[in-house]
Amino acid sequence: MSGVGGSGPDGRVSGASTVRNGDEGGGMSGASPYRLVGARPEPGFEVRVDGRPVPVVPGQTVGAALHAAGIRTWRTTRFGDRRRGLFCGIGVCFDCLVTVNGVENLRACLTEARPGDEVTTS
Amino acid sequence: MTAHDTPTPDAGGDGVGERAVGRYDLVIVGAGPAGLAAAGVAARAGLRVAVLDAGARIGGQYFRQLPEGFRAARPGALHHGFSRFVRLRDALGDADILLGHRVWAVERGPGGGFAVHCLEGREERARTVAAARLLIATGAHDRVLPFPGWDLPGVMTAGAAQALLKGNLVMAGRRVVVAGTGPFLLPVATSLAAAGATVAGVFEAGGRFALAPQALARPGKAAEALAYGYRLARHRVPYKGGRAVVAAHGDGELTHVTVAKVDADWRPYRGGQETIECDTLAVGYGFVPQLDLPAQLGCETSRDAAGGPVARVDRHMRTSVAGVYAAGETTGVGGADLAELEGVIAGRAVVADALGTPVAGDPADPRTEARRRRLAGFARALLRAYPVGDGWTSWLHDDTLICRCEEVPYGRVKEARDLGAADARSIKLLARPGMGWCQGRICGEAVARLAGEDPAPPRRPIAQPVSLGDLAAMDGRDEWKET
Ligand SMILES: Cc1cc2nc3c(=O)[nH]c(=O)nc-3n(C[C@H](O)[C@H](O)[C@H](O)COP(=O)(O)OP(=O)(O)OC[C@H]3O[C@@H](n4cnc5c(N)ncnc54)[C@H](O)[C@@H]3O)c2cc1C
Ligand code: FES
Repeated sequence: MSGVGGSGPDGRVSGASTVRNGDEGGGMSGASPYRLVGARPEPGFEVRVDGRPVPVVPGQTVGAALHAAGIRTWRTTRFGDRRRGLFCGIGVCFDCLVTVNGVENLRACLTEARPGDEVTTS
Repeated sequence: MTAHDTPTPDAGGDGVGERAVGRYDLVIVGAGPAGLAAAGVAARAGLRVAVLDAGARIGGQYFRQLPEGFRAARPGALHHGFSRFVRLRDALGDADILLGHRVWAVERGPGGGFAVHCLEGREERARTVAAARLLIATGAHDRVLPFPGWDLPGVMTAGAAQALLKGNLVMAGRRVVVAGTGPFLLPVATSLAAAGATVAGVFEAGGRFALAPQALARPGKAAEALAYGYRLARHRVPYKGGRAVVAAHGDGELTHVTVAKVDADWRPYRGGQETIECDTLAVGYGFVPQLDLPAQLGCETSRDAAGGPVARVDRHMRTSVAGVYAAGETTGVGGADLAELEGVIAGRAVVADALGTPVAGDPADPRTEARRRRLAGFARALLRAYPVGDGWTSWLHDDTLICRCEEVPYGRVKEARDLGAADARSIKLLARPGMGWCQGRICGEAVARLAGEDPAPPRRPIAQPVSLGDLAAMDGRDEWKET
């Protein structure tokens, strides 16, 4: 797994920097997806991704929560060690496979995150 | 509409002998505009209807809904025509809505009905729903073409960017390039810009005004195109035609793309290249109908205006298999308006066929047929206005992956061709593209085109991955076997 927000040389996430989920403005315009729809999300929860906490708004998928946290890859391919994350976003490509609570090969883009989920990447 | 956790008629994952008891008059796979419209029509006419969808909320792709956890004051801000969704939702009547149900196989039952095999929820509980009639409204997925770097993290489909935003309120990236072909690029770019992303450019490989003659013939569409143009201009987003992203670059993650000026066949001109920095590329070359389920049932296919396979239906959306109907993108990519209209037509046909009466148009709405012909004509014109140019193959290098799952590079596909593999099937057997997790959904079209063929309809025994246990259980249930 790796991301804009701090991954170690081994490809796993390092550090425990606080990450926000989605409501980051787009620079000078001050626009954000939250402002666009007038969202006032109910209290969220955290899942753990290789031990690191990642915030979730109830209803978000594991893939979306990871992406929002700046984690854009969480799988390495078998042959070429290529890193993968979201690609099709709707369950068609199988690029986004993760292990959640020990269950392997779940599509992160379809799997709704639940409080206490332990996500492990490979 | 009924919540999905209420007890519903169910043949039961292990429900030997329960089949006839709890059979629905109509089971609809897909809760997009097509499926929802059909469900409303059939449920209001008194049929027992179930709508199955893999997703957690109704709406499908176009009307993908935010989770309630966001408590959005303006959920419609991300949608064009949100009131139409509200109308569809409120018209569902008594239809049972079974969400989180992934349909992995459909079969004909011995009595003429159908068994719809699902995996329910994250626990993947096996469940079989019995239906007298079946409507397949499974929509489409993005068409993607391989190019160097297309498997770098940060490159995703245009639809994926929309799905992240509409369904999760997550921006695909901060600095995004939108590229590919077709009118779908415009809503993707404008919603990203409205949500605060910097859209570094929209690059249409075809002509920027390819659509113009058709749009002018349909004032509503012309106004829509103008509105998108205006919004792009307001966000200072450059929109350029005859430009394609021919390579994506980055050390482990996307940092920039190469945009080339291309000719009418999409072959890059010498020297007409620029480099654009971005953390995300949203790329899409139109859509491919999801035909796994109709193919399993042996429904005949035909070709759309661009040569791609679609479910063949009659004027009333009946497929070639008695009792099976198709509507929406499965019958040809035509957008949400046409999908909804086809859903209405299919719903009426199901009602008439169930009651044994001839299909009569709704007297209150005599213009349905004419409207459908107009929308379908527009869809055909769109496909012709935004064809995929053959020149994309000139973007490939020997080490460019064609198949992302099995990591098959272009060089190996060429070797297979040199060894005499003359068609897509032989290439697949020799070089193994399309043999991985996605079963060729992503690379199938590219492999077919590299073999010089139009893509063939799918031949996948299962539509979703399934455990061996579930397969064995199904095999053991003789009552579902075809006679
Ligand atoms: C990712 C994506 C995003 C898109 N976003 C837009 C957009 O923002 N604007 C726009 O104009 N067009 C968009 N489109 C185009 C879209 O195809 C049409 O606008 C419209 O949604 C088609 O309606 P439909 O009813 O035919 O199918 P859809 O709306 O695609 O609905 C099909 C439904 O079937 C379900 N399904 C499919 N297979 C199964 C299965 N095996 N088991 C259970 N359920 C299944 C899916 O979960 C989905 O909800 C998008 C397409 C894609 C692929
Ligand atoms: S991103 Fe394609 S299956 Fe999840």
